[in-house]
Amino acid sequence: MGLPLVESALQWNSGILNANRDPKNDDVEFQITRLYSRFHSLDKGENGALSREDFQRIPELAINPLGDRIINAFFPEGEDQVNFRGFMRTLAHFRPVEDNEKSKGHDASEPLNSRNNKLLFAFRLYDLDRDDKISRDELLQVLRMMVGVNISDEQLGSIADRTIQEADTNGDMSISFSEFIKVLEKVDVEQKMSIRFLH
Amino acid sequence: MEDAWGAARSAAQVWLSLVVGLIMLPAMFGVSLGITETYMKVLIKTLKWATFRIQKGRRERETLKPSPSNGIIQRDDGSMEKEIGELRRSRPKRPDGGDFTLSDVFYFSRKGLESIVEDEVTQRFSSEELVSWNLLTRTNNNFHYVSLRLTVLWGLGVVIRYCILAPLRITLAAIGISWLVIGTTVVGLLPSSRVKNWLSELVHLMCYRICARGLSATVHYHNKQNRPRKGGICVANHTSPIDVVILANDGCYAMVGQVHGGLMGVIQRSMVKSCPHIWFERSEMKDRHLVTQRLRDHVNDKTKLPILIFPEGTCINNTSVMMFKKGSFEIGGTIYPVAIKYDPQFGDAFWNSAKYNMVSYLLRMMTSWAIVCNVWYLPAMTQMEGEDAVQFANRVKSAIARQGGLVDLSWDGGLKRDKVKNTFKELEQKKYSSMVVGDDSSD
Repeated sequence: MGLPLVESALQWNSGILNANRDPKNDDVEFQITRLYSRFHSLDKGENGALSREDFQRIPELAINPLGDRIINAFFPEGEDQVNFRGFMRTLAHFRPVEDNEKSKGHDASEPLNSRNNKLLFAFRLYDLDRDDKISRDELLQVLRMMVGVNISDEQLGSIADRTIQEADTNGDMSISFSEFIKVLEKVDVEQKMSIRFLH
Repeated sequence: MEDAWGAARSAAQVWLSLVVGLIMLPAMFGVSLGITETYMKVLIKTLKWATFRIQKGRRERETLKPSPSNGIIQRDDGSMEKEIGELRRSRPKRPDGGDFTLSDVFYFSRKGLESIVEDEVTQRFSSEELVSWNLLTRTNNNFHYVSLRLTVLWGLGVVIRYCILAPLRITLAAIGISWLVIGTTVVGLLPSSRVKNWLSELVHLMCYRICARGLSATVHYHNKQNRPRKGGICVANHTSPIDVVILANDGCYAMVGQVHGGLMGVIQRSMVKSCPHIWFERSEMKDRHLVTQRLRDHVNDKTKLPILIFPEGTCINNTSVMMFKKGSFEIGGTIYPVAIKYDPQFGDAFWNSAKYNMVSYLLRMMTSWAIVCNVWYLPAMTQMEGEDAVQFANRVKSAIARQGGLVDLSWDGGLKRDKVKNTFKELEQKKYSSMVVGDDSSD
């Protein structure tokens, strides 16, 4: 059933595996096993990788206005297939931030589910061309995806202009990542961009 | 050579007479010799012991993980308004109530990721996962090797199921089907009369009883006083083609379906000789008006048997009830809802038509431990004043879901094969738009 893959994923996901069995690791192992089952059931072609069609087969995702952008987040530049590692990597952004992880010192590499990385995930939903700026056009595109046909172009344009005006501090008529972080500093990102397992 | 041949023939004769005498004849007359009951008791005891051993063998974990169909992630069922409202909490409210913030995307991205991890629909089109292994290889997903005794038991189970039970069941099924074809053809030769109807019902019942034994089906019927009557429509949730055998074991129905070729076609043609069933050509199925008219004609004739319809239109895995298509509820007869719930411990009855064709599915059924299910006859329902067909269908669906302990979903079972309609996405977009624009009446 691909258990060696699960074992390696377990090691990757929780850093160094404890020698004595930490009950928390049992939880993580369970979660990874369940996610692997899920990956496997979505993989209709049974080739160990998911394509965009595999994601679009999920009805709740297909009716999500931002469905296509979310699916895009799984596929690295120019690729059409995502393997289990990539799948877990993207999902890892939505791991809840544990209390003991918050108090960790300055790590060499920030965990994927840090506040910063969660915000980066959301930023990248807007910033399609990855130039680290949300331009007016990119903002309009996302707005149009979310509201459909229900709002006129002019009204949408003025909403976009207002948003950029509120966020832009260096006057370049676009929103950089640091400006993005500043605007959202009061939002409870850790809570709102996390998925909790029941066990 | 001669001896071997003679021995084989006498063995076959003994085998056949045992089958006929001990199983077929009692089944035909609805009498039980208690063999099945004993088998079930032994089986239940064995599975309980196996569960106990597996629990003991699990490292560190005392509690059994609850069934995955109960959900593995926490889902906030807050509405879009509530969730986005919370995201916007830190901003001052605008006079018209509408607003757009960069954090609105958080709501959609979390909902999207949640549905990627677990969604309500796609899990209904594959077999339900068991909490504890029932000694069948096919359900062995996450269960590791536990003990030698368990493995021996499993091996014994394989031998019993494939070498003893399966041939027995195949023999019974073959007898049942051939008797159905022959019997209904013979009855069909008689002129129309009360005797013919009575005989036809008798033949149908006997054959379905033999077929049910051919699957080792143990069915508990509840509330038999609500059994469907002539001139009515019986609706039930659909899990597999076996549903027909289960229901027809206890009453006579007029079947509705498409004309098939091959063996199914032969069965269909002979069945319709003895009593009226409704078989549609493929081309006729597309004409909804024609279909409704034929069904209505049948229902209005109060001497004809109740129609059996599965409004979901496709097989679902028996953990939920999906959208009921409104066609059956527009005909206008009395609806007799029936809830069918299989016990997955003894054998998984769900037909995953993407994975298995009919023959391999039936073989899997015949090599399971048994098919155990509960059938509840619900009180009759009719369309109320001011209620349209869709609302009526939903009302019946909820009643069936409640009785059977199944999840009540509004999603269309057709999503098994088709893409979801764009109108649902447009609904979401509309909802969100009203949050952006607010209730400004100065437009």
